[in-house]
Amino acid sequence: MKELRLMKGNEAMAEAMIRAGYDGYFGYPITPQSEVMEYLQAERPMERTGMVVLQAESEVASINMLYGGAGSGKNVVTSSSSPGISLMQEGLSYIAGAELPCLVINVQRGGPGLGDIQPAQADYFQAVKGGGHGDYKLIVIAPASVQESSDFVKLALELSNKYRNPVMILTDGAIGQMMEKVELFPQQPRWTIEEIREKKPWATFGKPADGERRIITSLDLLPEKLEAHNTHLQEKYRTIEKNEVRYEEIMCEDAEYIFVAYGLASRICQKTIQLLREKGIKVGIIRPITLYPFPKDILKSYASKVNGFFVVEMNAGQMVEDVQLAVECKEKVSFYGRTGGVLPTPEEVMEAFEKSFK
Amino acid sequence: MTEEIIIAGFGGQGVLSMGKILAYSGVMQEQEVSWMPSYGPEMRGGTANVTVIISDERISSPTLKKYDTAILLNQQSMDKFEETVKPGGLLLYDPNGITRHPKRTDITIYKVEAAAEAAKMRAPKTFNMVVLGAYLKIKPIVKMENVNKGLKKSLPERHHHMIPMNEDAIRQGEKIVELVQEV
Repeated sequence: MKELRLMKGNEAMAEAMIRAGYDGYFGYPITPQSEVMEYLQAERPMERTGMVVLQAESEVASINMLYGGAGSGKNVVTSSSSPGISLMQEGLSYIAGAELPCLVINVQRGGPGLGDIQPAQADYFQAVKGGGHGDYKLIVIAPASVQESSDFVKLALELSNKYRNPVMILTDGAIGQMMEKVELFPQQPRWTIEEIREKKPWATFGKPADGERRIITSLDLLPEKLEAHNTHLQEKYRTIEKNEVRYEEIMCEDAEYIFVAYGLASRICQKTIQLLREKGIKVGIIRPITLYPFPKDILKSYASKVNGFFVVEMNAGQMVEDVQLAVECKEKVSFYGRTGGVLPTPEEVMEAFEKSFK
Repeated sequence: MTEEIIIAGFGGQGVLSMGKILAYSGVMQEQEVSWMPSYGPEMRGGTANVTVIISDERISSPTLKKYDTAILLNQQSMDKFEETVKPGGLLLYDPNGITRHPKRTDITIYKVEAAAEAAKMRAPKTFNMVVLGAYLKIKPIVKMENVNKGLKKSLPERHHHMIPMNEDAIRQGEKIVELVQEV
């Protein structure tokens, strides 16, 4: 039987952590994602699956607890919001360097600095271009509904382990705090120690049978060896780019203009394209679901077919640069965005579009 | 069918929970729903509002500028949201504490003396359910059996003994809602 519930995005992600079989959550409260840990504490995951939930003393501590947990082969997760995610960047770089699978959730709010507590998408560059130091990539997934908020927590566990790579769910305060219908997936068992031994032979879970020490580190003082490690990472990223691109096309078949938006902005644009289609203007949306790897090819394939692209973000213009690169300047790419936690309305997006392409 | 609703009033009036019960009723009949609160600094000690959308189709934007229905429960909300009702749409309000009544002539207007009724029933906390009853009398978008299921799902179990009281309040709201102007 279908298990339907009305839940906030934050609550749905927390429930999904328990159901997907994560072993541990470490986090520090910050609005607008505090419901994640509140929900987890109320649910007592230790009694349901044996999952550990711990409020760390800071975001820096949380991300390093992730490093430790993931290094020992456990499936671990943290969540925070923009300023807290900035504090985690050093740890994320280390985790990516050491190739540890884990999930980091960013429920974005207005910035820069302490900013405000309203929804925003201004951490796109930080999430997809690096954020911390060194040549590394996170797999970045952007849900646009409460249902996807739940589903992607499970997907992240699979992807992070498949590629030994940290995954980020990049969402925002609106999707975190709004309630929608969600169909919960059935409980998955946590991995047993035997499964960890088999699937994560590199993990530090005690003295292995072969007697050889496992070392988790991102330090390598020999430039040639470190370069070889970097080459390996880049090859892995190319594989991810080949295999894991996800996107949704909405009413693109006959479209003369393509909107590009992700997360909440894509929802707002869906209303805008309804309004435009009522006026007889044929518009569609390409919604990137993975922000890294970015759906370049599909955008490029439309470049010669449509009259222009219109990028809508809740920031001053970040993903628009990736759209411009993807379409190789073959078509006009315009942008509309609101900053500081202000949500654009479907009507104002329509006006901005009409001004750009009249 | 798509119904786009704004419910607005003071923090503490039960605006958000009324929206939640309405949304849960939609889930119970397998419709698509969204519940989007205004939150943050503007909520503290001031007005609270929530956008609820119930639809047979996938819901696009959970935030809107125009609504099919506005349920307005204090003067500030009347000032802010009267203009956001679509022409031909519905405005439902409680005249308690309202000094400036709605002026629009292109929308249907109903009023419900919910605060007074809830006080008379000696159950002031069921104020929001009186309003919900009034709304569902005008627009029966969700079946009453699903509202009852929605109530059960929305309230924590320790409050389940209060469900009959809330159901009474809904029925009372259905009875006392008054038409002010029809278009």
